[in-house]
Amino acid sequence: MTPAMTPARRLMVLKPSAMIGLFLVAGWLLVAALAPWLAPFDPLTSLTPLASPGTHAPGGGIFWLGTDLLGRDILSRVIYGARPVVGLSVLATSTAYLVGVSAGLAAGYFRGATDAILSFLASVVLSFPVLVLYIVVIVALGASYANVVLAVTFGSAPAIFRIVRAIALDIAGRDYVAASQAQGERAHRILIQDILPNAAPPLLVDFCLRIGYSAITIGALGFLGLGLPPPTPDWGGMVAEGRAMALAFPHLVIFPCLAISSLVVGLSLLADGLNAEGRRG
Amino acid sequence: MRETLADLARRLGGLALTMLVVSFLVFLTLEFNVEGVAVKVLGQFSTPDQRQAWLSENGYLDPFAIRYLRWLLDFVRGHWGTSTYYHEDILKLILPRLGASAILAGGGLLVMIPMSLILGVAAGAKEGSALDRSISLVSIITTSIPEFATAVFLSAVFVIGLGWLPGVSTMAAGLSLRELILPVSVLALASTGYIARMTRASMAEVMAQPYIRMARLKGASPARIILAHALRNALITPVTVIMLQIPWILSGVIVVEVFFAYRGFGTLLYQASLNADVYLVEACAMVSVLTVVVSQTIADLIYVRLDPRLSPGGGRHS
Repeated sequence: MTPAMTPARRLMVLKPSAMIGLFLVAGWLLVAALAPWLAPFDPLTSLTPLASPGTHAPGGGIFWLGTDLLGRDILSRVIYGARPVVGLSVLATSTAYLVGVSAGLAAGYFRGATDAILSFLASVVLSFPVLVLYIVVIVALGASYANVVLAVTFGSAPAIFRIVRAIALDIAGRDYVAASQAQGERAHRILIQDILPNAAPPLLVDFCLRIGYSAITIGALGFLGLGLPPPTPDWGGMVAEGRAMALAFPHLVIFPCLAISSLVVGLSLLADGLNAEGRRG
Repeated sequence: MRETLADLARRLGGLALTMLVVSFLVFLTLEFNVEGVAVKVLGQFSTPDQRQAWLSENGYLDPFAIRYLRWLLDFVRGHWGTSTYYHEDILKLILPRLGASAILAGGGLLVMIPMSLILGVAAGAKEGSALDRSISLVSIITTSIPEFATAVFLSAVFVIGLGWLPGVSTMAAGLSLRELILPVSVLALASTGYIARMTRASMAEVMAQPYIRMARLKGASPARIILAHALRNALITPVTVIMLQIPWILSGVIVVEVFFAYRGFGTLLYQASLNADVYLVEACAMVSVLTVVVSQTIADLIYVRLDPRLSPGGGRHS
């Protein structure tokens, strides 16, 4: 394989399952971006309560996926629900990366006390089952967009820290880093120019996977009623609201579950493809 | 022997230090919401004066350091306080719930371990085969579906569609195996794929080793190569991974218990969090962290025991 592979070319040689993943992810990104144009109804307006999928709406149009207890169109809520899940999982994963990568680079490069303290903190956070950690943070700070991002950042940063630290430890000992040091390059330039690019390929795969984990977490928090405050359409929250009546009206919960599952499966398939590609190249 | 004891002492010391830091951080975090405790206990329509009076009466307004040290001393002596929501002694509340969750998680592991090891070994024994690719694909899909969605899908089929199983697992009439089937399946499905993939990777790596090629050249049958030569070395990683999965399983237990209304540790923590029962949340967090840290220590010990290169006087097998 030629070393000069552009990202676009890399995507074109993905295996079929990864192409399906890419298709699913791109699809949900589009849905999130174009929600106001795609949704047939307003996601917050009450129309006919508990209509079955395919029912005609009183003012024209069809409830393709039915309506919920308050008469809101489920298809429109699933479409609008893509926004917080996609937006927050990307945002939260990015902030987690910012924290994890900076701390990991610092620990791997400076070693000594910096490394010891950061590593201990990471192991403390990692000794929580993630959901317990999120619950503690949300109980203390309340449920809001910002606190969901904070909780996910807090929970994911240590694992990213460990990956980056290991890579930085390995690369910091190489000759070209010693050469840069001998030339009097400043530490932050060495970290960004010499060490970070080498960490990029494994991190790209991890980033994809981790957006999926974040989406699962945001969904689970929504399901537990600890996510976004109502009436924001959010997939986990829709399942929580519909669960009591799911035996009689399964359409209340099935569709948001299909939505979140297809998004995360897409991200995982894509990550798996990028990983296989990375190993081959 | 002395080395082992020193190692054990070091591990226990690390464990105690972690627990101490965790307890402090959780205590500090929950400090943000002390006002919320009074709101939950006295109700939405209580006056600020009533709330302040209740807080001061119950020691919530004492200086932080004093409250933390008092809590810590009590906690170490087994006085975990009283739940403001359940009005019961926290330790007495937690123990039976932990038992119930252990049954659930134990059931999950009992299904997950043999299934994932068999699938992983089958996939890794012939890397790149159709069987390998299908097992990998199914593993990726099952691990990517959130527990609450798996629970919805399984319920749609087995509760609503076929009517074979009950949709809730309240265990109202005592322990019922029928009510355990769905929650255990959801837990097992969420982790089986991950462990299977780890087993597959480990197996594939071992199968590429020179000593396996040697055995093949000597004419050993595929079954003999896998069972007699590859399996032991291939299982070191998965066994460790299973122990490291325990924090994930604990997170899954919370969602699964809430979904099926199972009265375990997860629903207890969930109710505690909804009702700002801060001391109960703190106690539950401590128990979960203890479970995780102990399971990780066991993972380390198993790893050393299974890999002879890592133990003193080892190296005979490799």
